[in-house]
Amino acid sequence: MFGYSLGELGSILVMQGFSGLILFSVYLLMALGLAIIFGQMGVINMAHGEFMILGAYMTYFCSHLFASYLPGLYAGYFFVAMIVAFIASGTAGLIVEWALIRRLYARPLDTLLATWGLSLIMQQAFRSGFGAREVGVELPPWMMGSLQVTDTIEVQINGLFVMGLTLLITAGVAVLMFKSRWGLQVRSVMANRTMAGAVGIDTRRVDRLTFGLGCGIAGIAGSAFTMIGSTGPTAGQLYIVDTFLVVVFGGAQSLLGTIASALTISQSQSTLEFFLTGSMAKVITLLIVIGILMLRPQGLFALKVRR
Amino acid sequence: MSSSTDFLLALEDVSVSFDGFKAVDGLNLYVDKGELRVIIGPNGAGKTTVLDLICGRTRVSGGSIKFKDQEITGWKEQEIVRRGIGRKFQTPTIYEDLTVFENLELSVPRGRDVVGALFWKRTDEVIARVREVAAMIYLQDQLERSAETLSHGQKQWLEIGMLLIQDPELLMLDEPVAGMSVSERIKTAELLNEIIKNRSVIVIEHDMKFVESIAHRVTVMHQGKVLAEGDMATVQNNPKVKEVYLGH
Amino acid sequence: MSALSAVRNDPRRLELIGFALVAILIIIVLPLALDIFRLNLVGKYLTYAFVAIGLVLCWGHTGILSLGQGLFFGLGGYCMAAFLKLEASSVANTKIQSTPGIPDFMDWNQITALPFFWAPFKSLPFALIAVILVPTILAFIIGAALFKRRVGGVYFAIITQAMALVLTILIVGQQGYTGGINGITDLRTLLGWDIRTDGAKYILYFVCCVLLLGTMFVARFVLASKLGRILVATRDKEDRVRFSGYDVANYKIFVFCLASAMAGVGGAMFTLQVGFMSPSFVGIVPSIDMVIFCAVGGRNSIVGAVAGTLLVNWAKTMFSEAFPELWLFAMGGLFIAVVVAFPRGLAGVMTDQILPRLTSFKGFKGTGGSGAQPTPAPAE
Repeated sequence: MFGYSLGELGSILVMQGFSGLILFSVYLLMALGLAIIFGQMGVINMAHGEFMILGAYMTYFCSHLFASYLPGLYAGYFFVAMIVAFIASGTAGLIVEWALIRRLYARPLDTLLATWGLSLIMQQAFRSGFGAREVGVELPPWMMGSLQVTDTIEVQINGLFVMGLTLLITAGVAVLMFKSRWGLQVRSVMANRTMAGAVGIDTRRVDRLTFGLGCGIAGIAGSAFTMIGSTGPTAGQLYIVDTFLVVVFGGAQSLLGTIASALTISQSQSTLEFFLTGSMAKVITLLIVIGILMLRPQGLFALKVRR
Repeated sequence: MSSSTDFLLALEDVSVSFDGFKAVDGLNLYVDKGELRVIIGPNGAGKTTVLDLICGRTRVSGGSIKFKDQEITGWKEQEIVRRGIGRKFQTPTIYEDLTVFENLELSVPRGRDVVGALFWKRTDEVIARVREVAAMIYLQDQLERSAETLSHGQKQWLEIGMLLIQDPELLMLDEPVAGMSVSERIKTAELLNEIIKNRSVIVIEHDMKFVESIAHRVTVMHQGKVLAEGDMATVQNNPKVKEVYLGH
Repeated sequence: MSALSAVRNDPRRLELIGFALVAILIIIVLPLALDIFRLNLVGKYLTYAFVAIGLVLCWGHTGILSLGQGLFFGLGGYCMAAFLKLEASSVANTKIQSTPGIPDFMDWNQITALPFFWAPFKSLPFALIAVILVPTILAFIIGAALFKRRVGGVYFAIITQAMALVLTILIVGQQGYTGGINGITDLRTLLGWDIRTDGAKYILYFVCCVLLLGTMFVARFVLASKLGRILVATRDKEDRVRFSGYDVANYKIFVFCLASAMAGVGGAMFTLQVGFMSPSFVGIVPSIDMVIFCAVGGRNSIVGAVAGTLLVNWAKTMFSEAFPELWLFAMGGLFIAVVVAFPRGLAGVMTDQILPRLTSFKGFKGTGGSGAQPTPAPAE
């Protein structure tokens, strides 16, 4: 077509599809945390990107810690970093829920503004703590480089890792939500808060843990994020609108919807990127999503439609 | 689908389901001009849902609703209101941030488009009409008060007043005396008997004494269907009704 | 004391006094007290106030939170910038370009002819109409699509945010047509009159003040009319408004379009006074900043919105010179404080706390406690 052979074109499509899958994984990881919080509590956390970056900074911190004190174990530092990221962001989330969010449950618009204020504070904290410049996180050697699948198809190892991680976490969340007792509590609060409270579920505690979990997942997303972008105080802002749209587009109440939504949006963007410039691909994807939302506000993949 | 009818309001074979649950199931209901119909029934019988369906808040899954011989299923709420149906909600739904006067003024059926509202003039005619309705609902001395400071019963009256001022041909009241004191209930009964002179009214109520004091006809609903219909005495002696209410 | 309590109890008269104080402040006090450099800064802040007033209408009174007002501010600003840039890019001024007669950024991007959608902006009347019409039309499209489908609240806020992002990306990405991330700069004259001189800045400042006062009166008229009461009713009991026979969507569309038109005018005045327009005033961050100006001043008060805008921006300039690190902390904290503790903003503090205390003490000389403007009328 454009001077490529059919075989080469096929390979390009596969690799393009593959990079789309990496984008999909990142979107999904970010959206999962937010979807849990929004679906459960109707709270839009504008600081979600910052919880993610907190996880990224923790990863950076771990990489330096291991490099300085435990060089022998450096290859495995990333797994430790992810756990640290989860705990750090999760704990921060618990504190934020206790200090701020729980005062604003009946006022979703005000929560939007308050969490934006929080994001400003967190950004400045990052700036003061880690410096205003972006930091690069060094990957352990085994994660760098790419795998030669066939003659013409090369896939990057870190991309595979991110996808595998996303799969694991999504499965983990699904199991948690649908098979665990705690997940049952979360779903009942989501369905009917008053009734759930009446049967003895501590809705406050469920909310707090949910928010913490959502932020914790954002932290892990941040770890994954270090592999595809550089970490800086304002990096969280880059993807926040995309994440919101993924969540809203997917119908906010369903895990499958979020997955489908993240897949659609990421694939649309990476496919368009092949034919147009990066910015136009983004613009058109966003406009399509917004357009569909205008026609179908409950999201494209909402499974239950009332009225 | 159905023939034309002399009734003011005709519901024929109306059904609606929520997530598989049939809230209203093949319901038939006919209301005459100048009639005061009370709908009673145990909780969950579908009474409020019927009002929701008539005023357009909920969409029917099947059947037809005709008002003044015109099919109104699928119409938007404000279109149905402008056609002549007024609906009062279970909890007093008034504009708490505005005064009693402003609440009533907003309900006057004129200047309801954007331009009309922007250049609205509070003419003597408007003032007189508001005062007139306020007197009917016992609030003529409360016009400058903020609506949120009214008592619960007064709020209910205000909401009725807001509907009256629209001059509807069919008024639907959902538990109008809920939370009222005994004297307030008596006054409300008087109010309703006054209102009925020019229009039809559908009332959903639980207080049987109140129902007795106002009803022309009573419809008993159960599980989304009509169980019995007739005047108060007939209905009260109906064995099926007694069974469903289990000695209320 | 009775005169003062009469005033306190009559919100409309109080508002008029507030308007008068604002007028005195911006037209008399500040021009006398400040040099032209700082006055120009105030002029810039006042352009943000246009947006804040729009937010009082659609957010404070109707409950529609738009996180993308930068979109309309920017559109108005870019329309004005387009006209000014074309004037500054006359063939004589641009003779060193490979294609004279077109803006410099187009030349740098190897564009060889003026794009068709730029051509109409050669006319000032067209540009002026576009300043108001372009934002309004876009607001109409967004509003109609969303409000007719009963989309509101958080979903609406997110979509406005996404639209602001879309425009930002579009502007930055299409730098040949829009000037890209640097925006449209190097603006010189308006119909031959040099807008960069001090004298011009004074005149533009006063024009801005007059327009702002006009906007305040338009807002006041709307809010005092029955339409204003319907907006408030919609915010609180949208269902009941519908059941009173009103098509609620039309009212929301109206107020959203009005707010966007005001923002557009603000954007145009910004371009004139500051001399450029760039995408950094279009996106998410400036849009939310403008919400905070409105929130701090009082989302239900026109005077509050203006005062809040001046105050927050003045604080920002002072802080970020002296304590740049502290400023973002303060700003974030301000957001949280206003939302959690002071939902009615400074205007709320004024009417709920300060004025009643003032009027209960005869002869008590109030100093306006919180330092907010406008200061209340002194007790006798």
